Amino acid sequence: MPTLSEAQSRLLVSDAGVAVSGWAVAADPASAAREASRLGYPVVAKLCGGRISHKTERGLVRLGLDGDSDVESAASELLAAATDDDGPVEVLVSEMVRGDRELIAGLVRDERFGPCVMLGVGGVLTEAIADVAFRLAPIDRIDAHDLIDSLGSQALLEAFRGEPAIDREALADTLCALGSLAADPSIASIDLNPLIVANGRPVAVDALVELVEPVQPGNGGR
Amino acid sequence: MARDLSALFEPRGVIVTGVSSHPAKFGFVALHNILSCGFSGPVYAIGREAGTVLDRPVLASVDDVPAGEADLLMICTPASVNEEIIRKAASKGVRAVFVAAGGYSETGADGADAERRLVALADELDLVMAGPNGQGVVSPPASLCAQIVAPYPPRGRIGVASQSGNFVSAFLNYAEQTGVGISRAVSAGNAAATGVADYLEWFADDPETEVGLCYIEGLADGRDFFERVREVCRRMPVVVVKGGATSGGQRAAASHTGSLASDDRIFDGMARQAGMLRAATIESAFEAAATFASQPLPAGDRVIVLTTAGGWGVIAADAVTRHPDLTLTPLPADLLTTIDGMLPPRWSRNNPVDLAAGETRDTIPELLDLVAAHPDVDSVIQLGLGIQGNTAAFTRSGPFFPDHGLERIVDYHERQEQRYAEATTAASSRNDKPVMVASELAVVRPDNPMVAAVRGSGRLCYPSADRAVTALGHLTRYAAWRRARA
Repeated sequence: MPTLSEAQSRLLVSDAGVAVSGWAVAADPASAAREASRLGYPVVAKLCGGRISHKTERGLVRLGLDGDSDVESAASELLAAATDDDGPVEVLVSEMVRGDRELIAGLVRDERFGPCVMLGVGGVLTEAIADVAFRLAPIDRIDAHDLIDSLGSQALLEAFRGEPAIDREALADTLCALGSLAADPSIASIDLNPLIVANGRPVAVDALVELVEPVQPGNGGR
Repeated sequence: MARDLSALFEPRGVIVTGVSSHPAKFGFVALHNILSCGFSGPVYAIGREAGTVLDRPVLASVDDVPAGEADLLMICTPASVNEEIIRKAASKGVRAVFVAAGGYSETGADGADAERRLVALADELDLVMAGPNGQGVVSPPASLCAQIVAPYPPRGRIGVASQSGNFVSAFLNYAEQTGVGISRAVSAGNAAATGVADYLEWFADDPETEVGLCYIEGLADGRDFFERVREVCRRMPVVVVKGGATSGGQRAAASHTGSLASDDRIFDGMARQAGMLRAATIESAFEAAATFASQPLPAGDRVIVLTTAGGWGVIAADAVTRHPDLTLTPLPADLLTTIDGMLPPRWSRNNPVDLAAGETRDTIPELLDLVAAHPDVDSVIQLGLGIQGNTAAFTRSGPFFPDHGLERIVDYHERQEQRYAEATTAASSRNDKPVMVASELAVVRPDNPMVAAVRGSGRLCYPSADRAVTALGHLTRYAAWRRARA
């Protein structure tokens, strides 16, 4: 299935009301460093393009860059790592959001129930913990709060390791925003993974929008 | 607007096909059950053997049924002849058909074709069609037991719609056991033309039904089900058990009904969003529905546990505390002061309110009403009743009864147990709050005077505190859903 680039995905979800980490794209290492210092260090740099997925597995994410020279060299390496299959690429620079808690949220289309908003406890143990819940989209604020309440790991949403309790209103904003995007029939799915909880506020530090395969009548496409 | 299913649940007269003299055949059993349960309208038996079955003349064809006398057709004949039968029956004034016969989509492609033709025919003739491949329909307000199995349950307020006939029977068996009765029950079978949502919508408008109870394995159109059931839940609580919740269960479901189960997590979220109460097991589903049918809805989540003694209170407090929808509320200060004046100082002075066997003749009825009346209490769970009655029963059957003053004390204890049970119902009705009684004696000694009196009041005596808490959790969640959505 075709996907939007991370930059396009971020634009789409933040326009709908999802809180995403501060970010910018740059075509070359020098402008990447300029954007990084504007955002404030430390930053993350990633290779960004419509055909790139599995960024982490391919080593296309550089975390904790703490100065112009770090960013410039990371950006050069990322751009050099691009292959012909990746198509047009650029460097996405974003704030390095810190928080001990990670959530995962998204939108999926179920064959029987149609579009569904998902919320789960994220991080490396997501699949093993399997603490995820769904609601049928669109959702209202009551649904959003009930979705948050239905996670098993409620203790994780309270004040935790010196960080404040999760801002449930802010999380509900993000969930409602995801639900509202269900009305766009071209969107097949959305993944916000992870949503890092920073100072109680959930912030998407990655976004991936999958598009419905365009129907090409007549010639059968390719 | 709900589809009109009144001909199915309140027929004026019934035609049964496939009636033979063999008492094990579906047609015989269906006729037997209809005739045995007091249905007052005309009943016509159709079969291939001339003569009588169960003292009824067997008619050779639906052609022989007088027009306008029967509006429900119960089909126990094989798939190959049913389309013609239905067409004739419609011309005689039949408006609803229950197809008990199998041989349809559950058997493969040919059966699926026959099922599609059945649906098209029902559409063309504007008939309500239930089944095929279902056990039947039961409707105590109409004294109707049109099904190919037992039991015929007591009349009550629970409306059952199930994608598995066996679970209809299970729910009806529980109704018989507990005395909390059934308003309508239908086995949806393959649900070719009439599905669980159709039944629930009709139940919501039905004055006989106060709560829906359904078993679901698969939903052809989940979104449509969600939107319709969400509307139903604004008017009537609906308890659901979902089969195929695990991958192993899903394989069994696919081979059972020819419908594919959808992802359990999405179903779970959908149910919660729609306001349905999802129960983990068949017995907890029945207990939840029986609780909706017999207890008021709580105004909030604050629970007080009352116990005469022992560990019951501790276990119940644990269960309430663990339940995400319930709160073990601190004992209000004014209640504490009042109870201090009623009991020796060894009582718990906290929630759970443990009397530590310090009660006298009138303590329990007085306390029940005091606690239930308190504005900071939403629900009450009473434990530790029935002990005196159980001791009395033991004494009564022993070698020393009735001498040594035993007759008098046994009578006293039995009267007290009955009083206690009546006090729980009175406290609940007077204060419009759930007051639930739990004791293993409900199962072990159903003749215990406390247990019998709770049953006599039309309520459940829960087999354990945990099961009372689970049922109360469903009531409390639904009440909160209704408040949020009002």
